[in-house]
Amino acid sequence: MAGLLDRRLLFVTGKGGVGKTTVATALGLLASSRRRVLVCEVEPKGDVAAAFDGEPAGFVPREVARGLSVMEMDTEASLREYLRLYLRVPMVGRIGPVARAFDFVASAAPGVREILTVGKLCYEVREGHFDLVIVDSAASGHVVGQLAAPVGINDLVKVGAVRSQTRWMLDILQDPAQTGVVVVSTPEEMPVNEAIDLASRLGRETGVSLAGLVANRVLPELFSRGEQEIFDELSAEAGAERLADALGDCSVRPVAEVLEAAALAVRIRRSGAEHLERLRSAVEPEVPFLFVPYLFGRSHGARAVRQVADALGEELGA
Amino acid sequence: MSPRTTSTSLDRLLASREIVVAGGPGGVGKTTTAAALAVMASVRANAKVLVITVDPARRLADALGVGGIGNAATRVPREAFVAAGVQPRGSLFAAMLDTKQSWDAFVRRQAPDKATAERILSNPIYQNISGRFAQGHEYIAMERLYEIHAEGEYDLVVVDTPPTREALDFLDAPRRMAEFFASRLLRWLVAPARSRLVSLASRPFYQVADRILGTQFLEDVGEFFLLFQSMYEGFVARARAVGALLRDEGTTFMVVTTLEAVPAHEAARFVAALAERRLHLGLLVANKVLPASLSDPEAAVVADALQARAAETAARLAEALGLGGDVARLTRVLEEIGRSFSNFELVASRQAELLAEMAKAHEVTATVPHLPGEVSGLGDLLEIGRRLFSAPGGRSSRG
Ligand SMILES: Nc1ncnc2c1ncn2[C@@H]1O[C@H](COP(=O)(O)OP(=O)(O)OP(=O)(O)O)[C@@H](O)[C@H]1O
Ligand SMILES: Nc1ncnc2c1ncn2[C@@H]1O[C@H](COP(=O)(O)OP(=O)(O)OP(=O)(O)O)[C@@H](O)[C@H]1O
Ligand SMILES: [Mg+2]
Ligand SMILES: [Mg+2]
Repeated sequence: MAGLLDRRLLFVTGKGGVGKTTVATALGLLASSRRRVLVCEVEPKGDVAAAFDGEPAGFVPREVARGLSVMEMDTEASLREYLRLYLRVPMVGRIGPVARAFDFVASAAPGVREILTVGKLCYEVREGHFDLVIVDSAASGHVVGQLAAPVGINDLVKVGAVRSQTRWMLDILQDPAQTGVVVVSTPEEMPVNEAIDLASRLGRETGVSLAGLVANRVLPELFSRGEQEIFDELSAEAGAERLADALGDCSVRPVAEVLEAAALAVRIRRSGAEHLERLRSAVEPEVPFLFVPYLFGRSHGARAVRQVADALGEELGA
Repeated sequence: MSPRTTSTSLDRLLASREIVVAGGPGGVGKTTTAAALAVMASVRANAKVLVITVDPARRLADALGVGGIGNAATRVPREAFVAAGVQPRGSLFAAMLDTKQSWDAFVRRQAPDKATAERILSNPIYQNISGRFAQGHEYIAMERLYEIHAEGEYDLVVVDTPPTREALDFLDAPRRMAEFFASRLLRWLVAPARSRLVSLASRPFYQVADRILGTQFLEDVGEFFLLFQSMYEGFVARARAVGALLRDEGTTFMVVTTLEAVPAHEAARFVAALAERRLHLGLLVANKVLPASLSDPEAAVVADALQARAAETAARLAEALGLGGDVARLTRVLEEIGRSFSNFELVASRQAELLAEMAKAHEVTATVPHLPGEVSGLGDLLEIGRRLFSAPGGRSSRG
């Protein structure tokens, strides 16, 4: 199987807030050392641009670092481009009302808006302006709709230009060597549930392959088993007093607080580990499972992305 | 434990409200907090309380007894409360929101006749739409609330909201729904379907759309809207009524957030949006707050000392613990304890900053601690509920 970053098109998804944007941009940064990469934010909130230089991104890709460009999806612009490229519709100037009407149908008719999104991404891949397109996708529920759109359009739309366009998109999307989905989850119950659900729906409903799982915000393991026994003893009654004695010149209360904080960290980590275990066993063992540690520092934006990229690079053995 | 007799400001607030709508960013604990509020309200007040949850975590669903699918409300047995150590004064019912079922029921109610209802329900486009209509999910949650409120069965209804891309989406869902069905565009779109596409070619939109989508598909869409049009009047009136219910004096909002940059920012926007729309914000809850002890400067000194003097401390402590040979291991344990504290101290101080920031815009009515495990039973919900009913008391403000 091709390495994660050797593909042409990667959709990064997961439950809201798990770190999709962070992981998508970090993967982009990582890959940009050897390939021309485009990171596209599908639901434009400006988060992708904020992760780099903060200058807003638009529908036209903009280079933010060597080998790394960013763009924001805009379905109306995508429609305009589509009309111009494929139908030679001579009304670019007067597209406003048509686009609005189209937007209206699109919001009601399943798959239309989605096909404009996926179509643009596939188009960038096919045209070869970039070696790798990384998509900061919508949250899990929505991404299946996007990836399934070409299939769905095939069922609903019997004739017309859109239908004839879906074939080449499917060829790209359903080829595991070219396209894959990266599901991000945190070590918590609901994100893991959603990741498992998504992994099983992908194959069934879209034919797009699962390229990898990222466990983000993973707390460090504090103690090995033997160390845990020692810690348990310290946490037992009188443990804090003994430790305070050994430290000398300090009262028991703050020592107990420090011990409690460690106990809390151990318990949060433990319940998280159980969920990650569940996730691991729910997907094929050959799907890469990458861990990104919780970043305790104050870093955000570009610095956090760099740190996450380093962690992912290590996991990928790059 | 028996319910406290002293009433708090939240008791007084709830006494004058019939509906609490829980909103906030994704994954912050809306469902959990809504459940906890309902649980505690039913314990403290002699009231019949309903919580409508959306997509609860497995163990939460089990705790509320709403594991199955479907819309029906079930009572949380009194024994469950007693087993958790409380004697409730009121009663608690829980229901899940089943989007598809709610939409179907809605169509059946609103359609002019049975035949139309059946045609809509079997329309392939409707079937697609009822699942993922833009704002459909948000709207139907409000619609269901309206229905339940109109039936007047409960003294207090706590309603959870679905995860939205934007917490704000559902506030505008009723208005957008009304606009959607009232729009001229819709009528324009539907009109040709009536005259069977003859006049289509003359309309520029159809010229383009036809080439892109194909005539058949457009016809399907047209038929769907034509059918839906029959519900138009009722629908628009209803969407307006739902909007009015949100603004009603008996309705208040609970905004839940965690103290992380992105959710806190979204929650702040939500709070502002409520004010703009003159909607009542009754509770602002900071969830998953780390313990205040993490901000204790004395504890920070201990944590530093553990890291700096791990070996000598371990040597002394090993004797006391009877761990003679394992000083090296103990050293590592002590270092790790100290480092972990320092890490979490950093997170806690960021939480405190965000909390202070949030409090500038609106009073934070409660802070809920980060529970160590998963929120799993009625006991956990009661614990969270207690925090909702007690003042936040600077628990997480920095010492
Ligand atoms: N490994 C990590 N450690 C600590 N914080 C992290 C980590 N990864 C991401 N975050 C933080 O979590 C927050 C959410 O991350 P991000 O915006 O990437 O999530 P998202 O899934 O794209 O969210 P949304 O669904 O809102 O688009 C951000 O504040 C980010 O800085
Ligand atoms: N105070 C808390 N301490 C520990 N865990 C919590 C706390 N509150 C919520 N959780 C956990 O966080 C997860 C998310 O909670 P919940 O499902 O209530 O969030 P939500 O805001 O409803 O999410 P969504 O936006 O997906 O509906 C659950 O696994 C829940 O058990
Ligand atoms: Mg994002
Ligand atoms: Mg929820």
